[in-house]
Amino acid sequence: MNLKYSEEYQHFRDEVRAFLQENWTAADAASNPVASEMAQSLGSIARTDERATEFRKKAAARGYMYRHVPRRYGGGEQPPDPLKATILQEEFRRVKAPPELASQGPSMLVPTLLAHGTDEQKKQFVEPTLLGHIRWCQGYSEPGAGSDLASLRTSAVLEGDEWVVNGQKIWTSNAREADWMFALVRTEPEAPKHEGISYLLIDMKTPGIDVRPLRQMDGDAHFNEVFLDNVRVPRGQMVGPRGEGWRVSRSTLKAERALIGNASMARRAFDGTVLLAQQTKVRGKRAIEDSKTREQLAELEARVLAAEYNGFRLLTASARGEDPGLAGLVTKLHTSTLAYDVSRLAMDISSDHALLAPGEKHAPFSGFLVQSYMMYFALAIGGGAPNIQRNVIGERGLGLPRDTRR
Amino acid sequence: MDFGLSEEQTLLQTTLRRYLEAECRPTRVREVMESETAHDSGLWRGLAGLGVTGLMVPTELGGSGLELLDLALAADELGRSSTPGPFLGNAMATIALLEGEASARERWLPAVATGEAVLSFALGEGIGEWDAERLETRFQGGKLDGTKPLVPFAEVADAILVAARGPEGPGIWAVDRGAPGVTSTPLTGNDLTRRVSHVRFEGTPASPVASGRAAIDRVRDAGLVLLAADASGGAHRCLEMTVQYALTREQFGQVIGAFQGVKHQLANIATDLEPAVSLWWYAAHAYDHIREKSERHAALAKAHLTDLYDTTVRYAIELHGGIGFTWEYDLHLWFRRALFDRAFLGEASYHRQRAADLAGW
Ligand SMILES: Cc1cc2nc3c(=O)[nH]c(=O)nc-3n(C[C@H](O)[C@H](O)[C@H](O)COP(=O)(O)OP(=O)(O)OC[C@H]3O[C@@H](n4cnc5c(N)ncnc54)[C@H](O)[C@@H]3O)c2cc1C
Repeated sequence: MNLKYSEEYQHFRDEVRAFLQENWTAADAASNPVASEMAQSLGSIARTDERATEFRKKAAARGYMYRHVPRRYGGGEQPPDPLKATILQEEFRRVKAPPELASQGPSMLVPTLLAHGTDEQKKQFVEPTLLGHIRWCQGYSEPGAGSDLASLRTSAVLEGDEWVVNGQKIWTSNAREADWMFALVRTEPEAPKHEGISYLLIDMKTPGIDVRPLRQMDGDAHFNEVFLDNVRVPRGQMVGPRGEGWRVSRSTLKAERALIGNASMARRAFDGTVLLAQQTKVRGKRAIEDSKTREQLAELEARVLAAEYNGFRLLTASARGEDPGLAGLVTKLHTSTLAYDVSRLAMDISSDHALLAPGEKHAPFSGFLVQSYMMYFALAIGGGAPNIQRNVIGERGLGLPRDTRR
Repeated sequence: MDFGLSEEQTLLQTTLRRYLEAECRPTRVREVMESETAHDSGLWRGLAGLGVTGLMVPTELGGSGLELLDLALAADELGRSSTPGPFLGNAMATIALLEGEASARERWLPAVATGEAVLSFALGEGIGEWDAERLETRFQGGKLDGTKPLVPFAEVADAILVAARGPEGPGIWAVDRGAPGVTSTPLTGNDLTRRVSHVRFEGTPASPVASGRAAIDRVRDAGLVLLAADASGGAHRCLEMTVQYALTREQFGQVIGAFQGVKHQLANIATDLEPAVSLWWYAAHAYDHIREKSERHAALAKAHLTDLYDTTVRYAIELHGGIGFTWEYDLHLWFRRALFDRAFLGEASYHRQRAADLAGW
């Protein structure tokens, strides 16, 4: 255990600061078309204008960004180093420099391509995706296939050199803005369900694609239905071998930031809640002076700290090449539950004004904390609902028997 | 940066675990806890032989000169096997001596390291008072007067280190075994593996160990971290026992671990527990290396881990059904330790309030 910034790291921090001073000025930061951090963490909005692109290219070239991606595909190509990753995150945040894009393209497609794509596919897609020039949506879920994703039915039939795709995807985030979709489709209808799936890259401008927005519980409409009607996809746009799509889609992201990400969201929500308690007067008394509130804040802070330090532990395990076991499997369920609980306290602190909607100026913090409550459902359900997490923790983590599942 | 255990620390863990799995199985725990003092000198010597009692004792006094994290890793293992004996009070007294008077240090620490001497630490007063500024036990003219209602293993201690108020403020004084004016009454506690006594001092001669509230606070903080580590080890053991049970007990034609209700309860416990390990690791590390964070982290870790311990052992017993409620089945050993860990040095909400104050909220 050593949490000191040794001289090497102090030096690294100085270097990063110097780099930022030269390449990201206060004027650059001020010109940011402000996206809420919450939206950014969900990957729906992030700055990708020319100035940001130019900056990201330089940062990657210096090894400060996309450190898990080889240089020839536009990455930083650095060995994993938890402390450097933390320093970079802190320093970038401090001057509001554009961070790595965390949307589904960079975080899910890129690692998949790096592991299973052809050289041509990597050259065509990786760098533009990292810079936000190609935006992606994830076409996995279907009306009949959610948790049981492998039961998906959207079909692809080979006709000459093209796959002809028919079916429907649902809950597809950002499908309207996306240039491309990475999708799972059934190519071998006779095979057992996990073995009949292939991984396809589909240009969203292809004829036969119809995207219809779905309005979310928070009033926004980031997710959509996507109907595919005889959509023709060139053969070369399959990633990995035919029928191997399930395995291909499981390539997990080992990037540094995936491990730090969740806890920092809980931390932001928590710090916001402390501030709220300090600034909100309820029945003539600042909420922070209420002893029950103080106690609840301390209880939540212990959990936030546990999430943060667990992140350090995972980073260290990954740097040492060790399997973190349970400590890694539990993070999503741990932080999403924690986020709900922080939000609920924020609402209690707002007292009766918690009934006011986000954006309402009369609400404490303009109702921002209530809005984040709704966002946490998205984090909890998307990418594996809580019960599915519990199955994984119970079965893979604790060695309990698998459910009978068909 | 490295947030993980060193090879030496992992070795300490595995050595201790192997030793305790052989020498401190539940049958042995029961024998010791049902004995008059719940202290087994053979077991104690065995632990001392593995270096447990000397982990933080300086090398020149016969110890290993290590840090609180190492000691907490030992507490974790002792908690996991529900080891009876005076580890906690002895450890707190050791820490009091580390920063105290050279004469007291040299007198006691070599014997502590070898396990020949067992010490205890007396801090709390009244009901729930662990604040060094509010102690009513007095030291004056070389003598102690006052009452300490919950002194761990006072009956076997060769000396009790007592936190009290002297003419110049709070401090710590040592009372030797057999000193005049000491009335010690063993109490019946829930946890049979860690005994407590009600101890009264009336004109008892005592020698100085350390002065100032900071010295007492440091001992308390170390104690809080050790309790958090004990809770972590105990809770993990309860989870593992329950997983094992769920893999073997059959009802409705299948092992109960195949029922999602059971599986998900266990998954929820693991989800709360596993990240919390990092919290007490950090608290222990901060104690030696990040002083400004040490007091708050000790308070938060103790409150959090002991709450989790209680929840874990509660589910563990429920998931065992009727057998879980029997005296024969071992789970209540940990249930009882959870009660001790939650209560000793003050309840969770007290430490959360302190953490809130310390944050400047
Ligand atoms: C905000 C948001 C964004 C999303 N974005 C995308 C996207 O971009 N692309 C995409 O492909 N998908 C996306 N999804 C879909 C998401 O992956 C699915 O919603 C999720 O996998 C759950 O599937 P489902 O909605 O069909 O629920 P179901 O699978 O029907 O689950 C319903 C309930 O049943 C429980 N359940 C199911 N199976 C079991 C079991 N074996 N044991 C116990 N309980 C079980 C679940 O835990 C859940 O609570 C998004 C979802 C949300 C909320």
